Amino acid sequence: MATRWFGASIPRIEDPRLLRGKGTFVDDIDLPDMLHAALLRSTHARARILKIDTSAARALPGVHLVLTASDLGELLDPSPLLVPHHALTQPRTQLPLALNEVHYVGETVAIVVADSRYIAEDALDLIDVEYESLPVVHSLEVAAAKDAPLVHADVPGNVAAHLVQVVGDPDSVFASAPHVVSETIVMDRGTAMPMECRGVLARWDAHEEMLTCWISTQGPIPIRNGLAAIFHLPEHKVRVIAPDVGGGFGTKIMMFYPEEILTPFAAIRLGRPVKWIEDRREHFISANQERSQLHEVEYAFDDQGILLAVRDKFLHDTGAYTPYGIIVPIITACTLPGPYRLKNYYSEFTVLYTNKVPVSPYRGAGRPHAVFVMERIMDRIAQELNLDRAEVRSRNFIQPDEFPWDVGFVYQDGGPTKYDSGNYQAGLDKVKALLDYNDFAAMQAEARKQGRYLGLGFACYVEGTGIGPYEGAQVRVESDGRVYVSTGVTTQGQGHFTSFAQIVAEQLGVDPKDVLVTTGDSQAFYWGVGTYASRAATIAGSAIHLAAVKVREKARQVAADLFEASPDDIELADGKVFVKDAPHRSLTLGQVAISANPLRYAYGENARKLMLMKLAGPRPGPALPPERGAPGLEAAEFYSPPHGSFASGVHGAIIEVDPKTGMVTFLKYAAVHDCGRVINPTIVEGQVHGGVAQGIGGAFFERLVYNEEAQLINASFMDYLLPTAAEIPHIEVAHVETPSPLNPLGVKGAGEAGAIPVPALFASAIDDALSPFGIRVREMPLHPCRLHELLQQSPGR
Amino acid sequence: MQEREEGPLAFIEESDIAVTVNGNHYERRVPVRFLLSDFLRHELHLTGTHLGCEHGVCGCCTVLLNGEAVRSCLMFAVQVDGMVVTTIEGMAGTNNDLHPIQQAFQEKHGLQCGFCTPGFIMSVHAMLHENPYPSDEEIRHGLSGNICRCTGYQNIVEAVKLAAERLRGQQKEVG
Repeated sequence: MATRWFGASIPRIEDPRLLRGKGTFVDDIDLPDMLHAALLRSTHARARILKIDTSAARALPGVHLVLTASDLGELLDPSPLLVPHHALTQPRTQLPLALNEVHYVGETVAIVVADSRYIAEDALDLIDVEYESLPVVHSLEVAAAKDAPLVHADVPGNVAAHLVQVVGDPDSVFASAPHVVSETIVMDRGTAMPMECRGVLARWDAHEEMLTCWISTQGPIPIRNGLAAIFHLPEHKVRVIAPDVGGGFGTKIMMFYPEEILTPFAAIRLGRPVKWIEDRREHFISANQERSQLHEVEYAFDDQGILLAVRDKFLHDTGAYTPYGIIVPIITACTLPGPYRLKNYYSEFTVLYTNKVPVSPYRGAGRPHAVFVMERIMDRIAQELNLDRAEVRSRNFIQPDEFPWDVGFVYQDGGPTKYDSGNYQAGLDKVKALLDYNDFAAMQAEARKQGRYLGLGFACYVEGTGIGPYEGAQVRVESDGRVYVSTGVTTQGQGHFTSFAQIVAEQLGVDPKDVLVTTGDSQAFYWGVGTYASRAATIAGSAIHLAAVKVREKARQVAADLFEASPDDIELADGKVFVKDAPHRSLTLGQVAISANPLRYAYGENARKLMLMKLAGPRPGPALPPERGAPGLEAAEFYSPPHGSFASGVHGAIIEVDPKTGMVTFLKYAAVHDCGRVINPTIVEGQVHGGVAQGIGGAFFERLVYNEEAQLINASFMDYLLPTAAEIPHIEVAHVETPSPLNPLGVKGAGEAGAIPVPALFASAIDDALSPFGIRVREMPLHPCRLHELLQQSPGR
Repeated sequence: MQEREEGPLAFIEESDIAVTVNGNHYERRVPVRFLLSDFLRHELHLTGTHLGCEHGVCGCCTVLLNGEAVRSCLMFAVQVDGMVVTTIEGMAGTNNDLHPIQQAFQEKHGLQCGFCTPGFIMSVHAMLHENPYPSDEEIRHGLSGNICRCTGYQNIVEAVKLAAERLRGQQKEVG
């Protein structure tokens, strides 16, 4: 039996170089003659630019270039709208440099290129900008208010988009339902905060007329296409490489950040490489953010706790621009029903501009908000009817025999929100077992006697993953038997060099260490979109699988010809291609690759050995017979899913709240996760751990605080608190596996899952812990001070 | 301290330093405001030391200075004149095999994007030197000066436990 690689927890292939400090992140690349850029950013959330004086900056020794909007010529064009939608009637995207008006603190106003970053920053201080402040919109409430100031003077009411979707007949259900509850549920701003900030290095090669950019991005191919259009270059003369990327979590899938246009522009203009590396302060005020929504939700249920209808109207804060369309609120609307049989659902959202950093998807992308709302509903139903919280969920779950289940809404990719498979009860049962659910009530009662407040919470979610349009891959066996794989998606920590290698190894019978994966280089693979929406393993993984299958079949054909055997009798294992039951009739995969490439000048050890074997002699006709197609063992394949695949999970936790301080400690955390078939369990569990940690951050510690002038007042790691090892508990992970019927691997996405249910779970656990105080959590994040405040105001105090 | 007499950077003060990094001796003239992290990365091309915040919180830039963990983004290169610095590139053993801490991170999947990893490894090195028998809680506290956004820390904690055990074993062998 050949070694099975698919599903094995093998150590990651990419680790040794990262562990040795030999990774190549953008700022690790220094080119000869390189210059450094720095950006001047608006200090006002909304202001008219009256005058910019750059003369002193230009005069500073070591400064090579200072550009403001008026220097940009035809480059002064708003960024493309990435995902248009009919409901987005007032889209606005950003100019590379602000022209007459700034719309958020951090918006780019000027760029300086100098001998060093130090001098470039010196020069920024010498640029004199005269602003005339304008009234500011710092919150959703202000944006929605009558006579609110306008973020964009030509967008009435600050309304970018408005969308209503309805399933069933919620109005009549509400009219006759035995129980109806309505409440306001809020989620505030948070952000991805990858440890590596953004960065761009651009080189213009005047001899080859070629632009090469290294960008810390999740989508180099779309950026290549865009830069080619902007600079009027043939696409093959623009190469965009995402080298090692130090985390992305969504914030690096964007086109364009202004620096991605300005840095190459400066490089072309100066004829020298130019590097721009974002610092953390800049990242806080210029890299896209997310999360802020305000829901007015009404829901109807019967005496058995069956959810009959939901009417959810919410406001979504898109910041100053809509670069990513209305993807995030659409996902929220589609995610809200979750694992429950919701047949009457009215959803209405309004996307509002505010004078804040623009919003685009961050890990979870609208889902944590939706799950927070729905799981609050489930807990409330249990509370109102005095039912067990788990039981209420069980009663409402979609059953395993009800798939495919169509939620009835159009998903973010324009396809249906149609669940392909799942087993939600199995997930809940596992979480209950991991938390010793049945013993908890006694434990809680015992603790309360000692004045300790323990609470148990859980949350269930369904997550749309693996959306199209498509990805592709090339797989090629090289003469030494190693396999080269390239694909258009990128890697920012997911372990693709390993899991993609496992997919190929499974088909070609080689060790994954001999599979060399390249991601994120537009010159290595021309077609593709990027790594976002938990789609890389599903979509690119499937394409890689299909290409590997094709290579395997060709290897069997070529070997069959050489051994004068039937292809059906040829097997691949341990790097060899051999006749079944006749292992002495065997070649290495590299030798078969050489045979498949009729060459006069084959060289190397494999070629020499092959020659000595004197296998099947010369054939009549062309050296490369038409039925063989291309030379070598190589194939490119593409995979385009019919629609997204829907992963799911249930998380549960036991916490302890100190009512005196508002501090919360996790005593136990259990995450049960279903992403279909698992390629590498260790990697998937790592993804879940990381997601949960971000979720805990987003539920408790991380809140971007904007004051009334829309100044971000906690723009540093001293003030915006990312959780550390001291705050994150041990997380018990278990799997449920319902393979996706939509793709050849049966996989679903896993990247975002961990973060999605945490705010909901946290709220559920706090309510439970503080039930003597009558607390009902309706907002996230809930940092200790705010929780303390809620306690002070609580009815049970 | 000296000032450049001519050229575009004449207004920036510079100073000569001599420093030993990973066992190699370097003598350089550097601007006095040059950060240690930038000196290591862009002057000595030791790019394994990363910069995550440049205000001393995230720990990505941690290096050992005379054996003690410091944040290289909070120091100027001129401050290490005459001192001994160890960076991630100096961690591997004589045959270039991974240090037991690096090995443990690999085995326990203690890294994902790898950006914060060198800083963690340097901090862990200092932590285990000071306390070879850390409890789980001491490990978590010891790691709390470094931020990782990918792993959720669990596998890093496991890696530290494994590394501590192996390093204790090595100590015994030596002893």
